[in-house]
Amino acid sequence: MKKSTRVVFGALAVSLVASVVASVSPASAAVNCDPYTGYKSMKGKTVTIFTSILEPELTTLQTATKDFQTCTGVKIKIEGSNQFEALLPVRVKGGNAPDLAWIPQPGLLVKMVATGKVVPAPKAVVANIKKYWSASWADLGTVNKKIYAAPFGSNMKSLVWYSPKQFAKNGYTVPKTWAEMEALSDKMAANGQIAWCGGLGSGGATGWPGTDWVEQMVLREYGAQVYADWVSHKVKFSDPKIQAAMKKVADWMQNPKWVGNVKGIATTTFQDAGKGIPTGKCNMLQQASFYGNILADEGATISEKGDVFAFYLPATNSKVTVPVVGGGEFTAAFSSRPEVQQVQAYLSSATFATSRVQLDNWVSANSGVPLAAYKNPIDRLAATYLSNPKSTFAFDASDLMPAAVGAGAEWKEFTAWFGEGKSIAEVTKAIDAAWPAS
Amino acid sequence: MEDFLPTTLSKFGSVFSAIAIFTVVLGTIFFIAGKFNGKKSKYIAIAVFVSPALILLSAGLVIPAVRTVMFSFMDADSLNFIGFDNYTWMFKDPNVAIIMRNTILWLLVTPLFTTALGLLLAVMLDRIKRESIPKSLLFMPMAISFVGASIIWKFVYEFREGDVQIGLLNAIWTFFGGEPVNWMLSKPINTFLLMIILVWTQMGFAMVILSAAIKAVPADVVEASALDGAYGFKLFRNITFPMVKTTVIVVLATQVVGALKLFDIVRTMTGGNFGTNVLANEMYSQVFVQFDQGKGSALAVVLFICVTPILIYNIRSIRRERAH
Repeated sequence: MKKSTRVVFGALAVSLVASVVASVSPASAAVNCDPYTGYKSMKGKTVTIFTSILEPELTTLQTATKDFQTCTGVKIKIEGSNQFEALLPVRVKGGNAPDLAWIPQPGLLVKMVATGKVVPAPKAVVANIKKYWSASWADLGTVNKKIYAAPFGSNMKSLVWYSPKQFAKNGYTVPKTWAEMEALSDKMAANGQIAWCGGLGSGGATGWPGTDWVEQMVLREYGAQVYADWVSHKVKFSDPKIQAAMKKVADWMQNPKWVGNVKGIATTTFQDAGKGIPTGKCNMLQQASFYGNILADEGATISEKGDVFAFYLPATNSKVTVPVVGGGEFTAAFSSRPEVQQVQAYLSSATFATSRVQLDNWVSANSGVPLAAYKNPIDRLAATYLSNPKSTFAFDASDLMPAAVGAGAEWKEFTAWFGEGKSIAEVTKAIDAAWPAS
Repeated sequence: MEDFLPTTLSKFGSVFSAIAIFTVVLGTIFFIAGKFNGKKSKYIAIAVFVSPALILLSAGLVIPAVRTVMFSFMDADSLNFIGFDNYTWMFKDPNVAIIMRNTILWLLVTPLFTTALGLLLAVMLDRIKRESIPKSLLFMPMAISFVGASIIWKFVYEFREGDVQIGLLNAIWTFFGGEPVNWMLSKPINTFLLMIILVWTQMGFAMVILSAAIKAVPADVVEASALDGAYGFKLFRNITFPMVKTTVIVVLATQVVGALKLFDIVRTMTGGNFGTNVLANEMYSQVFVQFDQGKGSALAVVLFICVTPILIYNIRSIRRERAH
């Protein structure tokens, strides 16, 4: 190497080091490492996580875990893929499993455990699950009585969107029970208003909001066990119980007094369905927590006294306490290296969940997160019910059923139920017929 | 972010090394092929030049086709053979009956309308002043994707419950005294309303091709027949149409194949609900939404069998044309 080049390289190296020092030192000065004193140093170790979560949320996750990484020296590498559910089994089979994976549905977790590659949750994680999550959440991460995975993020579907401004103007109050909600709907109808908005349209996925409505009712009427049996087809769609729940959905969302044109629900897109809420064109819409983003894009302010907000869809049966239908991810481990188990424990802690919810939209069912920490009021509302130790949580059934039903027959038949007036008996018969034989 | 540079560099590296390997392999083959002389060299040259095409053709077409046929006799995950179950399902499921009926309707109606309208426009616009302006305008929908066109027409067919109607069709309908109609729910007219979208996008294409064919009719033939007293429709029926017949058949055949493959419009407008589903949409939904490769493949095989005779006819008529 010639002298001049050596000088250039030297200068480069110095400036590189300088810039690294410059970028690290102010951050490390501000870091409070007290919450992480329980973790052993993992300097130079890397833990990989594979997930279906994509940007920009991955950057937010890095921000939320930054202090932990700085204090313990571990490097968390998160890789997101929209093909996650197809790729994870391939990677695990091919011996290229990630250290951790956020599995977005319990069915896939069961499948992964069956490969024998999933490591049962370490003691610290089990302790966190018992301490922070309700029993129905803990059950979803348990396979064959062994706890494998702690819940990660979660979302809630049991919400009703309404306009606090319109409610105040018309003197309506948020209903606390199903009967109150029915009375309120009647009152709106008597005032010449449309009580319920609804839309099943969603392109190739048209019909999915209908599956949510039926799920709400099955869980509300019969509780977690019947719901689980329904998901596994031990209780068929044509079972009198499920038909009765659907009848109750029909009395609600197909009630011409409350919804106006029933058939129109089948052709209205779910995005358009709630657009009339801020102006009072229609008053209430049962939709998941993410629906706030759609309304916010329309320029509505979302708060307890703003253009739109949500209330909890009331229970119908006093024997089923705080029924909540929703979804979530579960942290499964494919390695038992000490640093992996430490990261796993950290991700199931209230410390992590709290630092994550402070950043932006995200809900944890972890009861150790103070509700005041939530940045977004809808997330706070969802967390109130999700982290309630009495809550009966059920995972979105159409995601758990075989795709031929949950992404096929159910969508089609529920759309025909609303749009073409197909009878409940015929609808349930057709869905049962589409259930795969094996 | 700090991973950006190394990963990008390594990606570039792998691209360049792939190109380098490709060049080396090709160079070696050509070099070896060049070593042969005499009679053998001809066959070796043929092998060297034809084999890449054959390899690509089999990898991209033949092998997937054979696999699709195989999958059509297997279960949803393509693990076990289940005989003809996927095919018997097609005959038993009432939804598939509707799908087949609709697909046949699409096959019969859209190619005929598209070609007839295209021909009519081509004849009417032939040799008028500034011919290119109306032609470009009519051709433009062709440049819009089916999904884009569907979204445009969704607004045309829009129905708003108890609200101001924003849909053009309902505006016209109510102007003539009708009650607003939820068009997408009105069987069987909804399928025909969807067909209009396809005709709208394809009409310009048919017009351009047919117009070129009409322009290729020799001027002396037209003049001679004019001298013999053939004008207007007579000229069209006896001279122009027979001379562009092959092109008409080619256009018809491409439209038939297009109508068989069509799924974007149905998927965007109704998602295949309300009795508007077609074969290609069901195939997509089976494979990519319901993850049933068996049923999806069986539908693909049926689709393939339906297209084949049209393709054979098309190729034959082109050959006959060349022989003349």
